[in-house]
Amino acid sequence: MSVILKTEKLRVEYASRELRSGIKVALNGLDLEVRSGEVFGFLGPNGAGKTTTMNVLLGFVNATGGEARLFGVDVREPIARQRIGYLPELTYYYKFLTAEELLRFYARIFGIPRSEADRRIETLLKLVELEHARGRSIKTYSKGMQQRVGLAQALINNPDLLILDEPTSGLDPLGRMKVREIIQRLKSEGKTVFFSSHELGEAETICDRVAIICRGELKAEGKVSDLVTQHQCDLEKLFLKLIGYQPQEVI
Amino acid sequence: MNNVLAISGIVIKELYRRKDFYVLFVLTALITLVLGSVSFFNDAKIVRYLKEICLLLIWVASLVIAISTAARQIPAERENRTIFPLLAKPVTRGQFILGKFLGCWLACGVALVVFYLFFGVVSESRGRSDSSTTGLTSSAATEGHAASAKADDHEGAAGGDEHHDDHAGTEHFSVLLNYVQALGLHWLMLGVVTAIVLLGSVVFSAPSSNITISFIGIIGILLLGEHLNKVALRQQQPVQGILYTTYFLLPHLEWFDIRDRVIYDQPPIAFVDCGLAALYAIAYTGLLLFVTWFVFRRKTLTL
Ligand SMILES: Nc1ncnc2c1ncn2[C@@H]1O[C@H](COP(=O)(O)OP(=O)(O)OP(=O)(O)O)[C@@H](O)[C@H]1O
Ligand SMILES: [Mg+2]
Repeated sequence: MSVILKTEKLRVEYASRELRSGIKVALNGLDLEVRSGEVFGFLGPNGAGKTTTMNVLLGFVNATGGEARLFGVDVREPIARQRIGYLPELTYYYKFLTAEELLRFYARIFGIPRSEADRRIETLLKLVELEHARGRSIKTYSKGMQQRVGLAQALINNPDLLILDEPTSGLDPLGRMKVREIIQRLKSEGKTVFFSSHELGEAETICDRVAIICRGELKAEGKVSDLVTQHQCDLEKLFLKLIGYQPQEVI
Repeated sequence: MNNVLAISGIVIKELYRRKDFYVLFVLTALITLVLGSVSFFNDAKIVRYLKEICLLLIWVASLVIAISTAARQIPAERENRTIFPLLAKPVTRGQFILGKFLGCWLACGVALVVFYLFFGVVSESRGRSDSSTTGLTSSAATEGHAASAKADDHEGAAGGDEHHDDHAGTEHFSVLLNYVQALGLHWLMLGVVTAIVLLGSVVFSAPSSNITISFIGIIGILLLGEHLNKVALRQQQPVQGILYTTYFLLPHLEWFDIRDRVIYDQPPIAFVDCGLAALYAIAYTGLLLFVTWFVFRRKTLTL
């Protein structure tokens, strides 16, 4: 299977006057490989560098060192983003547009012809169950509805690779299940999904492979089943062990 | 280009959905009222004075609209995080900047057409009402002017037929041309202003400081720009050198201000000069947008 997302010795330093040391190393030599057709879970504690990795992949943040490629194209080239769909971590969209108008705008950016766009918008609104709210402006949507708008816009170009930053955060159990279903459906259609999450159970059920990172470094990578047999503990214990958690003694 | 147009469409949509343009209509209503009162005193001096006030009002209002909309664009996109899903698509940062610029500039153009249309209709029908027929024809002419202003914006060149047989017609034509030129040059100037403010919005982190600095700077250029070289003459080195350099580097926005021609019914400007002014404005706008892109190009965008 071909590698469609690859980072090599990726290093990111944030420079900010607010930081005491002046710079903050968010990623430290990260190597990742996501192959075509797999669902890849990107796990790590808060502040591990998951969002930072995605920001590099999408060209929002420049790598200080190393390189990142999508479909073999350097992420700094806009064309690398033609075949991907992206769901940001905390989603906000143009509040003054309706869901339908928003999707139409993004479809136009991708150069999708009008009739084709109409068809896709129809299917996507049905998929994320926003048909009833399609004509309302996004500012009247609840958080979960906004998250679903986000999912719809990530799929507008029928992408081959989806980059989802915590797609299930802020959703109720039913919403989470629906997102999981959508991810599995995409996989069955041959798409590749790269998503970050804190939900280990979720990752365990839907991922082909996972990577666990902590403080910008890769701690483990592979099939969940392999990792579990290799370390002889369940994913949660392994996760806690890898991020250096020591159980406190109860006095 | 398609991406640029799509982004500018969003800018304009936001403006009218946010009802920002209501400010515009309140203002035009105000102009109508002020000028409407002119018929009570049929004194040419007073009419002129009121025209002056109205044009000043239009200038200030257009600057406020241009600066406040342009200053908001990029910071709001970052603050609301709408920039992330957008730039995650195959959109370059250059297209993003250009789209924002075009949206703001077109919106300014619409505002200006409305302003000048109201102003023209009212002032021509009131100010020139020595006979009722003249008033009628000239207001009709002014309406025609809006159409041509839309058709050919920056050249300020409205059609050809300068050799009008009718004397009154020629006079009307030159009045009309004055309005078109004033509008066109004003709009070109707002392009430069928009570009300055967009550059400010990627340089300064706080939109409010950008607005303040841009506003003071632009008003400063408009009021003092043309006198700077004379001031420089009276200074000693190195102040003189610095002032001279500033004089030559500053975009001379005051050149685009031809309000007096409209107020005093002076003959229109030669087309060559309009063309040169357009080139000057386009060059500055292009340069400023290039610098904006250059600063924004590799900027780290994080939440
Ligand atoms: N703009 C920034 N300036 C300075 N430091 C930053 C900036 N953005 C992120 N960081 C730091 O980089 C590190 C990685 O952050 P990142 O957002 O990638 O974490 P994450 O894995 O997505 O966490 P979470 O699970 O909470 O979303 C954190 O320590 C964070 O404090
Ligand atoms: Mg994150």
